Amino acid sequence: MNPILEMKNITKEFPGVKALDDVNLDLFEGEFHSLVGENGAGKSTLMKVLSGVYPYGTYEGEILVNGKERRFTTIREAEEAGIAIIFQELSLVKELTVGENIFLGREPAKFGIINWSEIYQKSAKLLKELNLNINPKTKVGNLGIGQQQLVEIAKALSQNAKILVLDEPTAALTESEVEILFDIVRDLKKRDVGMIYISHKLDEVFAMSDRVTVLRDGNTVATENALALDKDKVISLMVGRDVGDIFPVSTHDFGKVVLEAKHISAFDPDVANKKLVDDVSFEVREGEVLGIAGLMGAGRSELLSAIFGAWRGNHSGDVLVDGEMALINSPRDAIKHGIGFVTEDRKRYGLILDQTIMDNSTLAGLKQISGNFITHRSRELVATKEIMESLRVKANSPITVTSTLSGGNQQKVVLGKWLLTKPKVLFLDEPTRGIDVGAKQEIYAEINELAKQGLAIVMVSSELPEVLGLSDRILVLHEGRLTGEFTKANATPEKVMAAATATL
Amino acid sequence: MSETSKSNKLNLRANSLRAYTMLAALVVIWLFFHWQTGSIFLTPRNLSNLMLQTSVTGIIAVGMLMVIISGNIDLSVGSLLALAGGISAIVLTKLGYGLVPAVLAAIAVGVLIGVFQGILTAYGNIPAFIVTLGGLLAWRGAIKGISQSETIPITDDSFKAIGQQYVDPNIGWVLAAIGILAIFFFAFRNAKAQKDYGVGDGNLGKELIKAVAPAIGIVVFIFVMNSYAGIPIPVLIFLAIALFGYFITNNTTFGRYIYAIGGNSEAARLSGINNKMVVLKVFGLLGAFTGIAAVIYTARVASGTPDAGTLLELDAIAACVIGGTSLMGGRGTVFGACLGALIMASLDNGMSLLNYADYTQELIKGSILVAAVGIDMVGQKS
Repeated sequence: MNPILEMKNITKEFPGVKALDDVNLDLFEGEFHSLVGENGAGKSTLMKVLSGVYPYGTYEGEILVNGKERRFTTIREAEEAGIAIIFQELSLVKELTVGENIFLGREPAKFGIINWSEIYQKSAKLLKELNLNINPKTKVGNLGIGQQQLVEIAKALSQNAKILVLDEPTAALTESEVEILFDIVRDLKKRDVGMIYISHKLDEVFAMSDRVTVLRDGNTVATENALALDKDKVISLMVGRDVGDIFPVSTHDFGKVVLEAKHISAFDPDVANKKLVDDVSFEVREGEVLGIAGLMGAGRSELLSAIFGAWRGNHSGDVLVDGEMALINSPRDAIKHGIGFVTEDRKRYGLILDQTIMDNSTLAGLKQISGNFITHRSRELVATKEIMESLRVKANSPITVTSTLSGGNQQKVVLGKWLLTKPKVLFLDEPTRGIDVGAKQEIYAEINELAKQGLAIVMVSSELPEVLGLSDRILVLHEGRLTGEFTKANATPEKVMAAATATL
Repeated sequence: MSETSKSNKLNLRANSLRAYTMLAALVVIWLFFHWQTGSIFLTPRNLSNLMLQTSVTGIIAVGMLMVIISGNIDLSVGSLLALAGGISAIVLTKLGYGLVPAVLAAIAVGVLIGVFQGILTAYGNIPAFIVTLGGLLAWRGAIKGISQSETIPITDDSFKAIGQQYVDPNIGWVLAAIGILAIFFFAFRNAKAQKDYGVGDGNLGKELIKAVAPAIGIVVFIFVMNSYAGIPIPVLIFLAIALFGYFITNNTTFGRYIYAIGGNSEAARLSGINNKMVVLKVFGLLGAFTGIAAVIYTARVASGTPDAGTLLELDAIAACVIGGTSLMGGRGTVFGACLGALIMASLDNGMSLLNYADYTQELIKGSILVAAVGIDMVGQKS
């Protein structure tokens, strides 16, 4: 039997980062093929190459569908070739009905006049085939996230997709919805649809898969028959690599407890009563690096956000700084109490890209650095120059606009912004996401140096080696709950990953 | 590294390039009208007139600029001007209070309504466009109701003076001297600060040379104004507000926060900025400026009229946009907004002198607005 899909020697580079390095993946008719790997291993990137999100020419390698090479330049072309992807972020129009969504862009029409009865009849038939009890005239926005996901699958099938990619489809589903989904999957297998399934939930992977491919750091480390694998083996394949010596070896002397978080919970602002962080408590000492590990959606950023006063949804719990209760209702309060927060996604939350390094790096501590009401440019320049030197920001002047900097240098500017507030506790959320190895190493050294100077550091990272290499202590979250705590001495990648996937 | 420095230079050049382009456009417009009007346009009398025409729009444009930089918009200023001016006229004539209460009433109305709209926008999460579109209708209705749609004539000479009088030429020269001294004082201070903090080259000579052009500008300006009748009082108020706006946007933490919120509101919030309070204050400031502009307008036409300031909001927004302000927020300068107001007023003034029909004037102004932004976009891309 010939594969219906072959991806051969796919290499995809971003400035400074090789996201995919010579990756191979194939798929047969009716096969359920799981793609697993750590966050950032390249799974989503690979699927974006497949679906034309990254058009032909921006990657190297070949994509063969039914043995013929295809060069997709748009998502539409990939869809026409029978490839459908259900992304984590839903791509349905919430204000339109289920039927309208299913036929969006290819409505049955004569002279531009839409045949509504055909849309709703066909939609109803389609939904019935999938045993979905959904009225096609319901607005998509009125459905739960899980049902929306199922509608999206229906939409893909209405386009006669022969290759269906499911990117973390069960993350938002309830258990019964997962069952419905897997019934659909079994049915699709009978209809010879090949499926690529991306998931962190290894139980599901093993329950459904024919084969499993493991990606690590943009490389294919294994493609094996599911029967030949077990969970432990997959975990070791996912994490199995040398931590290497890019991490500074040093032990820190801990001082007194600086920050104590007690019973922190945070609720989803969009879904009532859904807890994203569930009763998490921890403390961190002077000079200590506390790592927080966990998979996507484990509630790590939300935890830091809630403590920092930046969480938009409801949250509860107490924060003590230097042993005293700190009332923190806004980032401003947190900064006053000596907490700094190097947020994730520097372009969205960290930087004002149109503005200069100086404007950005002095923003959070502006009143301390410059003046309470009237600003003093010279003082700001001095502070910016100092921080640029100590963090080795490569730019020729403090008034360089930050959008022109490389990712690593942008990240250093965000870090500098928070160091200029002279914090006692520094939160770091994904501090090295999307930056090259050299810059990573410099940031690691800086984190280590800051801890030595007595700063208490809480670091969230999806890169396991980073957490293991830098942290004195590691907390692991799974679905909002604390599922593990390890010291540097007893933490291993396998143990942490097991706690993160809650396979204890 | 070299790439960074290159784009950095390009970026700086783009900013000053925009300012120079605008100045050049202004010169071209002026020369064109001077030629077309048979040498009437560039006479002290007409230039004095032109400045007078610029002042009301210019004052509001300075406040509008800050609102737009913060990522918002205010469509209500024209109606608000009519309301504040009308109430001021009522306080003065019907209620018989003096000059000071009348002026304060206008400013108070402006601030209160500005703050009210700011609260609805920032704390009520209603888009500024909607809040102030409502204001555009409501405040116009309010003044029509209060005044029974009648014009309220003003006879008080001291009040009228605010819109119609000129500053004594000698005082004009004194102000010029103060201005020039201030410019050189800041040049010295700049050079000293650079030396003290070890940043920049701290070259006093260079700073002094940079101060020469503005100093000459002041002398020429006062000379031209004095050649007619002195600086018109509205123009003096406009210049004071422009300087104040320049100071706020360039030299205060508040000003920096306005740019930060417009540039990336989420990053600003996470950096500890109280976004809502800043937005509220910005609306309050524009309200205050609108109140001041209302006094000038009312004094100039010597009456409170319910139709005052119709479409003024669009002139103010156009001035900002021609001056390089991004409607997306985060970018714009007071200098640009004032220059934009001057360009708009120059078009009005010149085309009126040439007796262009109303419709021609509107067609041309509309085209120039769109072309100015179009050229700006092309310039940004390349």
